[in-house]
Amino acid sequence: MGDVLNAVLDVARSEVAWINAFTFAVFLAFGATGEWVAERAGTLNISVEAMLTGGAFGAAVGQDLSGNEVVAVLAAVLAGLSVAAVQAHMSHHLTADQFVVGLTLNIGVLGLTGFLDSAVAPNAYRASAQRIPVLADIPLVGEALFNRSWLFYLIYPLVPACWWLVYRTRWGLEARAAGEEPQAADVSGIDVNRRRRQAIYLTGITSGLGGAYLVLAVVGRFGDSIVGGRGFIALAAVIFGGWTLRGTIAGCLLFGTVLSFRLSLAPLGHELNGDLLASLPFVVTVLAMALFATRVRAPASLARPFVRGLK
Amino acid sequence: MKAEAEVGVYYLVSIAAALLLSAALVEATGGSWADVVGALLNGSVLKPGRIGLTIGVAVPMLIVALGTVISTRAGLVNIGQEGQLLVGAAAATYVGVELGGPGPLVVVALILAGVAGGALWAGVAAVLRYWRGVPEVLTTLLMVTIATQLVGYGLKNQRFLLAPADGRANRQQISEQLAEDRRLGRLVLLGNELPVSVFLAVALVALLSLVMARTVFGFRLRMLGSNARTARRVGVSEVRYGGAALVASGAMAGLAGAVMLAGGNFGNYTLVPGFSSGIGWTGLLVALVARQRAVSAVGVALVFAALRTGSGFLAATGVERRITNVVEALLVLALLIPPALVFLRHRRRAMGLSAEQLRDG
Repeated sequence: MGDVLNAVLDVARSEVAWINAFTFAVFLAFGATGEWVAERAGTLNISVEAMLTGGAFGAAVGQDLSGNEVVAVLAAVLAGLSVAAVQAHMSHHLTADQFVVGLTLNIGVLGLTGFLDSAVAPNAYRASAQRIPVLADIPLVGEALFNRSWLFYLIYPLVPACWWLVYRTRWGLEARAAGEEPQAADVSGIDVNRRRRQAIYLTGITSGLGGAYLVLAVVGRFGDSIVGGRGFIALAAVIFGGWTLRGTIAGCLLFGTVLSFRLSLAPLGHELNGDLLASLPFVVTVLAMALFATRVRAPASLARPFVRGLK
Repeated sequence: MKAEAEVGVYYLVSIAAALLLSAALVEATGGSWADVVGALLNGSVLKPGRIGLTIGVAVPMLIVALGTVISTRAGLVNIGQEGQLLVGAAAATYVGVELGGPGPLVVVALILAGVAGGALWAGVAAVLRYWRGVPEVLTTLLMVTIATQLVGYGLKNQRFLLAPADGRANRQQISEQLAEDRRLGRLVLLGNELPVSVFLAVALVALLSLVMARTVFGFRLRMLGSNARTARRVGVSEVRYGGAALVASGAMAGLAGAVMLAGGNFGNYTLVPGFSSGIGWTGLLVALVARQRAVSAVGVALVFAALRTGSGFLAATGVERRITNVVEALLVLALLIPPALVFLRHRRRAMGLSAEQLRDG
């Protein structure tokens, strides 16, 4: 136990560890913020993994073709949106099962990007950091939060914007109604499936940004397992957060930190078991669901398709 | 009859579209679609011995799909078969390697261990569902990764699954191989080797169809799935029947894992990280594409297995083998569209009728 305490203290005092932690956490947050909106509107959108992968590949290709980071990000968003379009229209237009569609997309997009990657082979590229003066001088976390690429900084406006959209706009109210009580929403004139589709599109956008951040600012090149199941961790973060945005972001920070231990601990001279650590986000989420099941509630119609006239 | 012909046309068109898209993708990247199709056919059926291989791969997919049929018919959404399968395979490995005794008995024991492992993994989700009200969709999905990591951990420790140091590379994560008398038999038929688990799978298809259609248990499960409120009113215990369905579907996935391990075709009778290799996910897709009918699942499983075994021959054509994942995904999407269109049409007609009735009073 003393060892663990020492390790945690060492990590907390290490600037590099903070940088690693926020690198992971922000990537998760890009996916999770959009996923949260989709889930509030009633879709358990497991294709967030595919959207992140698509976004990452889109960014790599866009950067390679144009040599411009903004174009690359737009390409990533476009890729995320294309995946979202399939998910949205298959599951909330054609009423196909959302899990089949999501699973299929996860398999198909991973295959497609891998296939195209071997044909196109985009060059490696790394976006440079833009240091924000003064703020970056904060001890310990300054570098981790304010000496980053502009792609990282996108998360700062994105999270409050999504909060505002969901809790303070008419669209948000309608989307939440679609996730809680679609029959009632339908009767009051809300196009339930349309709101759900739009929420999925939003996940496509944020995941596209996340993929772009991952490729351009973190890894530097596209690779097969670049997302490697982290889309599911983003999904777990939403559940862990009890379907609130605050909780979701807390989940991203916690899981990002835990996952970064793998990178951070070894240079500090600590050993740990990577497998058990990697399963921690999921174990914690399942436990949290079991413990707080009576207090925290999923959107009432989460993962239930809506067809007018059928209940 | 006319409506059925129409559905047939829908299917033809959407499958053709999926294949055309795949062809366009291959041609656009400089490959030859004809070569790809040739290689897929050679690898899955035409070359000697490949039919047996394809059937051998289809068996675990089919078993997973049958389990999915049980839980889905009961109105539950189990999407964690990949994890349940892996836990089943790990339990089977442990028993198959560690247990002493005569070979055939150990085979039975390891298969039962697989069943128990899968059932346990789904059982956690069932307990959380009915004791704490946690949606089973979420728990089954999240527990896939837990299973992967747990098995990975087991494969790093000689106390659990890792093979003794001699006979493997230093940091290799691999279990001890099942001894020869502890494997499922293989029978040779016209130059094709088939694991005997084929018979098990066929028997399970028959059994499941029978139980679902002809027994009180099956009836109650279906009632629970199609109208939970009615089921409660007539006294069908949600906990008992729903829980049983979820555990049974996990048990089937675990059985598939055990059969993969002891039947050959996968991992050469050893457990390695990534052993499940997407069979659980694919089995789930098989069930959903087969629209929860046990008999149609047989055909769908064979097609998906053929894509997988066929991809082994793609290397010679110079086309990336991951194209088969794309083809698989496009095919699934194509197979989803026709029934959805028909369903929507029916809904529209029904809605139109009720609107007329309202108007005419």
